[in-house]
Amino acid sequence: MCGIAGVINRKKTVNVGEQMRLMLQGLKHRGPDSTGYAMYGTPKKKGFVMRFKISENEAEKVKAVIDSPEQLKDRKTQVDAILKKHGAKITKQSSSTPYAFRYEFDFKGDLTALATEIETVEKTEILSIGKGLELIKDLGDATTVSNQYGLGKFMGTHGIGHTRMATESDVDIKSAHPYWAFPFEDVSVVHNGQLTNYWGNRRILERKGYRFNSNCDSEIIAVYIADKMARGIGLEQAMHDSLDELDGVFTYVVATKDQLGMAKDYMAAKPMVIYESKDIVACASEEVAIRNIFPHEIITYDPYEAEVKVWQV
Amino acid sequence: MAGIAKKENLAFSNENLTGRTQQLFFNPTEEENYTYYGNYDVDFNKRTSIDCTDLEARDLNQKIRDAMRKGYGTVVIKNPGAKHSLGVGILNKLNIIFEGSLGYFGVGCIDGPTVRIKGRVGWSCAENMMAGKVLVENNAGSCFGAALRGGDLIVKGNAGARTGIDMKGGTIIIGGNAGAFTGFMMQRGRIIVCGDVSANMGDSMYDGMIFVGGEVKSLGSDCVQSEMNEYEVKWLEQKLNNAEINSKTPVSKFKKYVAGKKLWNYDNLEPSERKGILG
Repeated sequence: MCGIAGVINRKKTVNVGEQMRLMLQGLKHRGPDSTGYAMYGTPKKKGFVMRFKISENEAEKVKAVIDSPEQLKDRKTQVDAILKKHGAKITKQSSSTPYAFRYEFDFKGDLTALATEIETVEKTEILSIGKGLELIKDLGDATTVSNQYGLGKFMGTHGIGHTRMATESDVDIKSAHPYWAFPFEDVSVVHNGQLTNYWGNRRILERKGYRFNSNCDSEIIAVYIADKMARGIGLEQAMHDSLDELDGVFTYVVATKDQLGMAKDYMAAKPMVIYESKDIVACASEEVAIRNIFPHEIITYDPYEAEVKVWQV
Repeated sequence: MAGIAKKENLAFSNENLTGRTQQLFFNPTEEENYTYYGNYDVDFNKRTSIDCTDLEARDLNQKIRDAMRKGYGTVVIKNPGAKHSLGVGILNKLNIIFEGSLGYFGVGCIDGPTVRIKGRVGWSCAENMMAGKVLVENNAGSCFGAALRGGDLIVKGNAGARTGIDMKGGTIIIGGNAGAFTGFMMQRGRIIVCGDVSANMGDSMYDGMIFVGGEVKSLGSDCVQSEMNEYEVKWLEQKLNNAEINSKTPVSKFKKYVAGKKLWNYDNLEPSERKGILG
């Protein structure tokens, strides 16, 4: 079933971490397995923010493979060495769990080469790299993840989020949404539905050299959109193209460093409710999520089939 | 209640309505024939209000029942907060006013009440309604009036996709536009859309009618346009008046759509079966 949500505040920076937590907590009944946030702070003029993990949260696995602290330390040292080798200078680092880290670094080289090499380290996955994007996902409901990663005070302009009910892949961080469009900075996607031509599209993108870390169909939407944008196609046009080229029933929300967009398939099978005002746009699978940030009565609407909407910060 | 009837005596098999119920099979006496099992005698002039802020759907629905038991005929629900499954399963005459929006499956499986919703409704509002009147002052979500069997279901704004899917009776009136697959698989009843309708309207409809004031993006399989007669024009006028909807298009300019009956193959044999008989 899955619940998706997105919010964009126009021309001002607010506590988007708390906004997203409230919305996603309201969607918990649509998917209690894992929760993910992709939030956009003020874009950095210099350098990047990277979120990555060096191990998996094994809490829901039948055969848990718990890595020792030495293994984790060794992997982190390897990642640091690779960053150094590529000339990236770490300016700030922090971690909320033993396996997930947040780095800020200055870098002027080839981001794809750097990201690809970091992922050669065992069990290491980059969750996001961007000027403003920070992607956090873990098992549990919205409040659990928010408290674990200290998102309650995250200041930014927009964000998207997802509560997942695992249907076609495991309950772990690797298969949790949102997905970052590796290796394009600042593009992320959340999706509710299923793609029926997943493998065909994945092979096309793999032949172009993109890596896929999970078997989750949502991952290709992120890369598909980012690939189009890298070729000079605008976000809105790329999303219109996706309606014809991706099969299945889906509603997805995509975010870039200054835009938020939503698209619904031709069958209009998956829900989406939108609230638009001058200052803020919020969209979610159910109105009850939006109402968590607007306690008063608001006017909302459902987008129709094959509808694409894009909002600017 | 006079005992449990045998299956062959039920209305479904002989069309002789001896009792009406959702789940309990019963054979009422003559004087009980016109009332429901679990029916409450309410007075519309007795008014009460319930604040839904801290209530779950189950608690609210129980409170509505408690109010009916006490004889309240008008119930105002404050702060529904777009919660799911509010006001479901009411089989009684009752005035309900929701002062806000409902979430999914609002006022589903009802028979009799008059409902006014001063906000929006989500997915599958008034699903399987038997009788009564529901008026939504704002927009409606997908599957509006799914499997509707009777009564009037009115939305002043726009309705989402699959409005009136599988409906088997009653009337759905939409002041604005309707989404894709409106009237999908409908079997009886009428849908009135004052605005435009999206793609695949009336797809695989068995029977019933769809009246459209605006443009239809595309017709679904076996849905065809038909001529309106004077009685239907009068009926439309009356229905829209009762629904408090002012249509931009004059009623006489509405277009009527019905089933093309090309998919009516109920008595036809499959090609393989035909071969067996002839050979």
